[in-house]
Amino acid sequence: MAKISLDGLDDMQYDVLKEIGNIGAGNAMTALSKMLNLKMDMSVPKVALVPFTDIETIIGPEDQTVVGILLGMEGDIDGMMLFVFDTKSALHLVNTLMMRDVTENEDMDLHELSDMEMSALNEIGNIVSGSYLNAISALTNMKMISTPPSMTIDMIGALLSLPATEFGKYGDKLLLIQSQFGELDFVNGYFLLIPELNSYDKILTSLGVG
Amino acid sequence: MGTMIKVGMADLKACKAPDALTTLGLGSCVGVALYDPVTKVSGLLHCMLPDSTQIKNNSNRAKFADTGIDELIQQMVALGAVKSRLVAKIAGGAQMFAMSSANEALRVGERNALAAKKKLKEYNIRLLAEDCGKNYGRTVEFYSESGDYLIKAVGKPPKTI
Repeated sequence: MAKISLDGLDDMQYDVLKEIGNIGAGNAMTALSKMLNLKMDMSVPKVALVPFTDIETIIGPEDQTVVGILLGMEGDIDGMMLFVFDTKSALHLVNTLMMRDVTENEDMDLHELSDMEMSALNEIGNIVSGSYLNAISALTNMKMISTPPSMTIDMIGALLSLPATEFGKYGDKLLLIQSQFGELDFVNGYFLLIPELNSYDKILTSLGVG
Repeated sequence: MGTMIKVGMADLKACKAPDALTTLGLGSCVGVALYDPVTKVSGLLHCMLPDSTQIKNNSNRAKFADTGIDELIQQMVALGAVKSRLVAKIAGGAQMFAMSSANEALRVGERNALAAKKKLKEYNIRLLAEDCGKNYGRTVEFYSESGDYLIKAVGKPPKTI
Protein backbone atom coordinates (compact mmCIF):
# COMPACT_ATOMS: atom_id res chain seq x y z
CA MET A 1 0.00 0.00 0.00
CA ALA A 2 1.13 3.51 -0.69
CA LYS A 3 3.04 5.46 1.90
CA ILE A 4 1.30 8.27 3.61
CA SER A 5 1.24 11.53 1.71
CA LEU A 6 -0.08 14.98 2.41
CA ASP A 7 -2.07 14.87 -0.82
CA GLY A 8 -4.61 12.58 0.76
CA LEU A 9 -5.04 9.42 2.74
CA ASP A 10 -6.94 6.32 1.72
CA ASP A 11 -9.88 5.07 3.79
CA MET A 12 -7.88 2.33 5.43
CA GLN A 13 -5.21 4.78 6.60
CA TYR A 14 -7.87 7.12 7.95
CA ASP A 15 -9.56 4.33 9.87
CA VAL A 16 -6.38 3.00 11.42
CA LEU A 17 -5.20 6.44 12.52
CA LYS A 18 -8.64 7.19 13.92
CA GLU A 19 -8.50 4.00 15.95
CA ILE A 20 -5.10 5.05 17.30
CA GLY A 21 -6.70 8.28 18.45
CA ASN A 22 -9.59 6.38 19.95
CA ILE A 23 -7.46 4.03 21.99
CA GLY A 24 -4.94 6.65 23.04
CA ALA A 25 -7.47 9.29 23.99
CA GLY A 26 -9.74 6.75 25.68
CA ASN A 27 -6.93 5.76 28.02
CA ALA A 28 -5.91 9.34 28.55
CA MET A 29 -9.45 10.28 29.52
CA THR A 30 -9.70 7.43 32.00
CA ALA A 31 -6.48 8.61 33.63
CA LEU A 32 -7.71 12.18 33.81
CA SER A 33 -11.10 11.14 35.17
CA LYS A 34 -9.46 9.13 37.93
CA MET A 35 -7.02 11.87 38.80
CA LEU A 36 -9.70 14.52 39.09
CA ASN A 37 -12.61 12.37 40.16
CA LEU A 38 -14.66 13.71 37.29
CA LYS A 39 -16.66 12.02 34.63
CA MET A 40 -15.16 13.08 31.33
CA ASP A 41 -16.67 12.64 27.88
CA MET A 42 -14.80 12.26 24.66
CA SER A 43 -15.85 12.78 21.09
CA VAL A 44 -14.99 10.44 18.24
CA PRO A 45 -11.41 11.27 17.20
CA LYS A 46 -10.77 13.03 13.95
CA VAL A 47 -7.89 12.52 11.58
CA ALA A 48 -7.44 15.92 10.05
CA LEU A 49 -5.46 16.94 7.00
CA VAL A 50 -5.59 20.70 7.33
CA PRO A 51 -4.19 23.24 4.86
CA PHE A 52 -2.21 25.97 6.64
CA THR A 53 -4.73 28.54 5.44
CA ASP A 54 -7.53 26.77 7.37
CA ILE A 55 -5.67 26.37 10.63
CA GLU A 56 -8.52 28.08 12.48
CA THR A 57 -10.76 25.07 11.79
CA ILE A 58 -8.73 22.84 14.12
CA ILE A 59 -9.68 24.46 17.42
CA GLY A 60 -10.81 28.03 16.93
CA PRO A 61 -9.75 31.47 15.67
CA GLU A 62 -5.97 31.93 15.49
CA ASP A 63 -6.02 34.80 17.97
CA GLN A 64 -8.08 33.06 20.67
CA THR A 65 -6.12 32.70 23.91
CA VAL A 66 -5.69 29.14 25.14
CA VAL A 67 -3.49 27.10 27.43
CA GLY A 68 -1.20 24.76 25.53
CA ILE A 69 0.91 21.99 26.98
CA LEU A 70 3.45 20.61 24.57
CA LEU A 71 5.36 17.36 24.86
CA GLY A 72 7.86 15.95 22.44
CA MET A 73 7.66 12.30 21.41
CA GLU A 74 10.80 10.24 21.11
CA GLY A 75 11.77 6.62 20.71
CA ASP A 76 10.65 4.62 17.69
CA ILE A 77 8.51 7.49 16.50
CA ASP A 78 9.12 11.23 16.62
CA GLY A 79 6.74 14.10 16.81
CA MET A 80 4.82 16.08 19.35
CA MET A 81 1.67 16.11 21.38
CA LEU A 82 -0.25 19.24 22.13
CA PHE A 83 -2.84 19.47 24.79
CA VAL A 84 -5.09 22.54 24.57
CA PHE A 85 -7.73 23.96 26.93
CA ASP A 86 -9.60 27.19 26.77
CA THR A 87 -8.78 29.49 29.66
CA LYS A 88 -12.01 28.81 31.57
CA SER A 89 -11.39 25.06 31.46
CA ALA A 90 -7.83 25.48 32.66
CA LEU A 91 -8.97 27.38 35.74
CA HIS A 92 -11.66 24.82 36.39
CA LEU A 93 -9.13 21.99 36.19
CA VAL A 94 -6.72 23.77 38.51
CA ASN A 95 -9.49 24.39 41.05
CA THR A 96 -10.59 20.77 40.88
CA LEU A 97 -7.08 19.46 41.28
CA MET A 98 -6.33 21.74 44.22
CA MET A 99 -9.65 20.78 45.88
CA ARG A 100 -10.98 24.32 45.83
CA ASP A 101 -14.46 25.62 45.11
CA VAL A 102 -14.92 25.78 41.38
CA THR A 103 -16.03 29.39 41.57
CA GLU A 104 -12.77 30.53 43.11
CA ASN A 105 -10.69 32.89 40.97
CA GLU A 106 -13.25 32.45 38.22
CA ASP A 107 -12.26 35.63 36.43
CA MET A 108 -8.58 35.46 37.15
CA ASP A 109 -6.16 36.31 34.43
CA LEU A 110 -4.23 33.15 33.64
CA HIS A 111 -0.96 35.01 33.72
CA GLU A 112 -1.51 35.44 37.46
CA LEU A 113 -1.40 31.69 38.12
CA SER A 114 1.01 30.76 40.88
CA ASP A 115 3.90 28.37 40.27
CA MET A 116 2.02 25.69 42.14
CA GLU A 117 -1.02 26.08 39.89
CA MET A 118 1.07 26.13 36.73
CA SER A 119 2.80 22.99 37.83
CA ALA A 120 -0.58 21.37 38.53
CA LEU A 121 -1.67 22.05 34.97
CA ASN A 122 1.62 20.75 33.65
CA GLU A 123 1.16 17.58 35.65
CA ILE A 124 -2.24 17.06 34.08
CA GLY A 125 -0.55 17.25 30.70
CA ASN A 126 2.09 14.82 31.81
CA ILE A 127 -0.30 12.18 33.11
CA VAL A 128 -2.71 12.41 30.24
CA SER A 129 -0.07 12.21 27.54
CA GLY A 130 1.73 9.45 29.38
CA SER A 131 -1.34 7.25 29.35
CA TYR A 132 -2.08 8.16 25.73
CA LEU A 133 1.40 7.11 24.67
CA ASN A 134 1.44 3.94 26.78
CA ALA A 135 -1.75 2.80 25.13
CA ILE A 136 -0.50 3.27 21.57
CA SER A 137 2.89 1.94 22.48
CA ALA A 138 1.29 -1.32 23.68
CA LEU A 139 -0.86 -1.46 20.56
CA THR A 140 1.92 -0.92 18.05
CA ASN A 141 4.71 -2.60 20.00
CA MET A 142 6.89 0.44 19.52
CA LYS A 143 8.84 2.39 22.08
CA MET A 144 7.47 5.86 22.71
CA ILE A 145 8.68 8.26 25.35
CA SER A 146 7.46 11.76 26.01
CA THR A 147 9.78 14.63 26.91
CA PRO A 148 8.88 16.80 29.93
CA PRO A 149 5.87 19.03 29.31
CA SER A 150 6.18 22.71 28.59
CA MET A 151 3.22 25.01 29.10
CA THR A 152 2.37 28.24 27.33
CA ILE A 153 -0.62 30.55 27.51
CA ASP A 154 -1.00 32.16 24.13
CA MET A 155 -2.89 32.43 20.85
CA ILE A 156 -3.90 29.24 19.03
CA GLY A 157 -2.13 30.30 15.86
CA ALA A 158 1.11 30.86 17.72
CA LEU A 159 0.90 27.46 19.41
CA LEU A 160 0.15 25.61 16.19
CA SER A 161 2.96 27.34 14.33
CA LEU A 162 5.41 24.85 15.79
CA PRO A 163 3.86 21.64 14.37
CA ALA A 164 2.90 23.54 11.22
CA THR A 165 6.52 24.49 10.66
CA GLU A 166 7.53 20.86 11.02
CA PHE A 167 5.04 19.88 8.29
CA GLY A 168 5.94 22.93 6.24
CA LYS A 169 9.08 21.04 5.30
CA TYR A 170 6.99 18.50 3.38
CA GLY A 171 3.99 20.41 2.10
CA ASP A 172 1.33 22.96 2.93
CA LYS A 173 -0.87 20.85 5.14
CA LEU A 174 -0.87 19.67 8.73
CA LEU A 175 -1.78 16.04 9.47
CA LEU A 176 -2.93 15.32 12.99
CA ILE A 177 -5.03 12.99 15.12
CA GLN A 178 -7.41 15.05 17.19
CA SER A 179 -9.67 14.19 20.11
CA GLN A 180 -11.96 16.55 21.92
CA PHE A 181 -12.90 15.94 25.52
CA GLY A 182 -14.90 17.62 28.21
CA GLU A 183 -16.82 17.48 31.44
CA LEU A 184 -20.39 18.78 31.11
CA ASP A 185 -20.06 22.48 30.33
CA PHE A 186 -17.07 23.12 32.53
CA VAL A 187 -14.15 21.70 30.69
CA ASN A 188 -13.45 21.74 26.99
CA GLY A 189 -10.13 20.60 25.72
CA TYR A 190 -8.34 19.13 22.74
CA PHE A 191 -5.67 16.57 22.45
CA LEU A 192 -3.58 16.67 19.29
CA LEU A 193 -1.20 13.87 18.41
CA ILE A 194 1.17 15.08 15.74
CA PRO A 195 3.75 12.49 14.66
CA GLU A 196 6.26 13.54 12.04
CA LEU A 197 5.40 12.46 8.54
CA ASN A 198 7.87 9.53 8.52
CA SER A 199 6.54 8.32 11.83
CA TYR A 200 3.04 7.95 10.39
CA ASP A 201 4.46 5.34 8.04
CA LYS A 202 6.06 3.50 10.94
CA ILE A 203 2.80 3.48 12.90
CA LEU A 204 0.84 2.15 9.92
CA THR A 205 3.46 -0.49 9.14
CA SER A 206 3.48 -1.71 12.73
CA LEU A 207 -0.24 -2.33 12.41
CA GLY A 208 0.08 -4.10 9.09
CA VAL A 209 -1.25 -1.28 6.91
CA GLY A 210 2.11 0.07 5.73
CA MET B 1 -10.97 53.42 6.71
CA GLY B 2 -10.34 50.72 4.15
CA THR B 3 -10.85 47.00 4.50
CA MET B 4 -8.75 44.77 6.70
CA ILE B 5 -7.19 42.04 4.55
CA LYS B 6 -6.30 38.81 6.29
CA VAL B 7 -3.04 37.06 5.56
CA GLY B 8 -2.97 33.38 6.54
CA MET B 9 -0.13 31.17 7.63
CA ALA B 10 2.45 30.72 4.84
CA ASP B 11 0.65 33.41 2.88
CA LEU B 12 1.23 36.95 1.59
CA LYS B 13 -0.89 39.86 0.36
CA ALA B 14 -0.24 43.31 -1.08
CA CYS B 15 -2.61 46.27 -0.96
CA LYS B 16 -2.97 50.02 -1.44
CA ALA B 17 -4.10 52.71 1.02
CA PRO B 18 -6.54 52.94 2.73
CA ASP B 19 -6.62 49.15 3.12
CA ALA B 20 -4.83 47.44 5.97
CA LEU B 21 -3.28 44.01 6.35
CA THR B 22 -3.41 41.66 9.31
CA THR B 23 -2.15 38.26 10.31
CA LEU B 24 -3.23 36.45 13.47
CA GLY B 25 -1.19 34.52 15.98
CA LEU B 26 2.37 34.73 14.74
CA GLY B 27 4.40 32.26 16.79
CA SER B 28 7.73 31.18 15.43
CA CYS B 29 6.59 32.57 12.09
CA VAL B 30 7.67 36.05 11.06
CA GLY B 31 5.43 38.82 9.75
CA VAL B 32 7.37 40.96 7.28
CA ALA B 33 5.65 44.24 6.40
CA LEU B 34 6.98 46.21 3.42
CA TYR B 35 5.86 49.71 2.57
CA ASP B 36 6.37 52.36 -0.06
CA PRO B 37 5.74 55.66 1.81
CA VAL B 38 5.04 57.61 -1.39
CA THR B 39 2.49 55.44 -3.20
CA LYS B 40 1.35 53.87 0.09
CA VAL B 41 1.46 50.40 -1.40
CA SER B 42 2.10 47.89 1.34
CA GLY B 43 2.55 44.17 1.68
CA LEU B 44 2.56 41.61 4.45
CA LEU B 45 4.23 38.20 4.45
CA HIS B 46 3.61 35.48 7.05
CA CYS B 47 6.51 33.09 6.51
CA MET B 48 7.20 29.98 8.56
CA LEU B 49 10.58 28.66 7.40
CA PRO B 50 13.84 30.51 6.81
CA ASP B 51 15.30 29.02 3.68
CA SER B 52 13.61 27.59 0.57
CA THR B 53 16.84 26.04 -0.71
CA GLN B 54 16.92 23.61 2.24
CA ILE B 55 13.51 22.14 1.43
CA LYS B 56 12.49 19.96 -1.52
CA ASN B 57 8.85 20.92 -1.64
CA ASN B 58 9.15 24.67 -2.04
CA SER B 59 6.38 25.50 -4.49
CA ASN B 60 4.57 27.77 -2.04
CA ARG B 61 6.85 30.81 -2.16
CA ALA B 62 5.09 32.55 0.73
CA LYS B 63 6.16 29.80 3.12
CA PHE B 64 9.80 30.89 3.18
CA ALA B 65 11.47 34.11 4.29
CA ASP B 66 13.66 34.29 1.18
CA THR B 67 11.25 33.51 -1.67
CA GLY B 68 8.39 35.15 0.25
CA ILE B 69 10.12 38.52 0.22
CA ASP B 70 10.95 38.09 -3.51
CA GLU B 71 7.31 37.38 -4.29
CA LEU B 72 5.97 40.15 -2.06
CA ILE B 73 8.17 42.76 -3.74
CA GLN B 74 7.01 41.58 -7.19
CA GLN B 75 3.35 41.89 -6.21
CA MET B 76 3.89 45.31 -4.67
CA VAL B 77 5.74 46.61 -7.71
CA ALA B 78 2.78 45.42 -9.81
CA LEU B 79 0.55 47.63 -7.62
CA GLY B 80 2.78 50.65 -8.20
CA ALA B 81 5.41 50.46 -5.48
CA VAL B 82 8.96 51.49 -6.32
CA LYS B 83 11.55 48.99 -5.16
CA SER B 84 14.16 51.53 -4.08
CA ARG B 85 11.69 53.33 -1.83
CA LEU B 86 10.57 50.27 0.13
CA VAL B 87 11.05 50.16 3.89
CA ALA B 88 10.38 47.26 6.25
CA LYS B 89 9.08 46.43 9.70
CA ILE B 90 9.16 42.90 11.06
CA ALA B 91 7.61 41.06 14.01
CA GLY B 92 7.34 37.50 15.30
CA GLY B 93 9.98 34.80 15.41
CA ALA B 94 9.24 33.81 18.98
CA GLN B 95 10.20 30.60 20.71
CA MET B 96 6.81 29.46 21.92
CA PHE B 97 7.83 26.64 24.22
CA ALA B 98 10.69 26.63 26.68
CA MET B 99 12.49 23.39 26.03
CA SER B 100 16.04 22.30 25.63
CA SER B 101 17.16 24.50 22.76
CA ALA B 102 19.13 21.55 21.42
CA ASN B 103 15.99 20.84 19.43
CA GLU B 104 16.56 22.60 16.15
CA ALA B 105 12.83 22.82 15.40
CA LEU B 106 12.20 24.97 18.45
CA ARG B 107 14.70 27.61 17.41
CA VAL B 108 13.12 28.15 14.01
CA GLY B 109 11.71 31.52 15.13
CA GLU B 110 15.12 33.01 15.62
CA ARG B 111 16.30 31.63 12.28
CA ASN B 112 13.22 33.00 10.51
CA ALA B 113 13.88 36.51 11.77
CA LEU B 114 17.56 36.33 10.80
CA ALA B 115 16.74 35.03 7.33
CA ALA B 116 14.21 37.82 6.76
CA LYS B 117 16.71 40.49 7.80
CA LYS B 118 19.39 38.99 5.58
CA LYS B 119 17.05 39.01 2.59
CA LEU B 120 16.06 42.63 3.23
CA LYS B 121 19.74 43.57 3.32
CA GLU B 122 20.26 41.95 -0.07
CA TYR B 123 17.53 44.17 -1.50
CA ASN B 124 18.93 47.18 0.38
CA ILE B 125 15.59 47.62 2.09
CA ARG B 126 15.92 49.60 5.30
CA LEU B 127 14.54 47.96 8.44
CA LEU B 128 12.68 50.69 10.33
CA ALA B 129 11.58 48.69 13.35
CA GLU B 130 11.31 45.17 14.67
CA ASP B 131 9.66 43.30 17.50
CA CYS B 132 11.07 39.78 17.35
CA GLY B 133 12.00 36.88 19.57
CA LYS B 134 10.94 36.31 23.18
CA ASN B 135 8.40 33.63 24.02
CA TYR B 136 4.97 34.95 23.13
CA GLY B 137 2.72 35.03 20.08
CA ARG B 138 1.78 38.21 18.23
CA THR B 139 -1.15 39.39 16.16
CA VAL B 140 -0.13 42.19 13.81
CA GLU B 141 -1.91 44.84 11.76
CA PHE B 142 -0.23 47.00 9.15
CA TYR B 143 -1.90 50.26 8.12
CA SER B 144 -0.87 51.39 4.69
CA GLU B 145 -2.23 54.90 5.26
CA SER B 146 0.19 55.67 8.10
CA GLY B 147 2.78 52.91 7.85
CA ASP B 148 1.97 51.95 11.44
CA TYR B 149 2.58 48.35 12.48
CA LEU B 150 0.34 47.47 15.43
CA ILE B 151 1.38 44.50 17.54
CA LYS B 152 -0.94 42.76 19.98
CA ALA B 153 0.09 40.02 22.40
CA VAL B 154 -1.77 38.12 25.11
CA GLY B 155 -1.62 39.88 28.48
CA LYS B 156 0.40 42.82 27.15
CA PRO B 157 -0.64 46.30 26.08
CA PRO B 158 -0.75 46.72 22.27
CA LYS B 159 2.14 48.63 20.78
CA THR B 160 2.83 50.37 17.51
CA ILE B 161 6.21 50.27 15.84
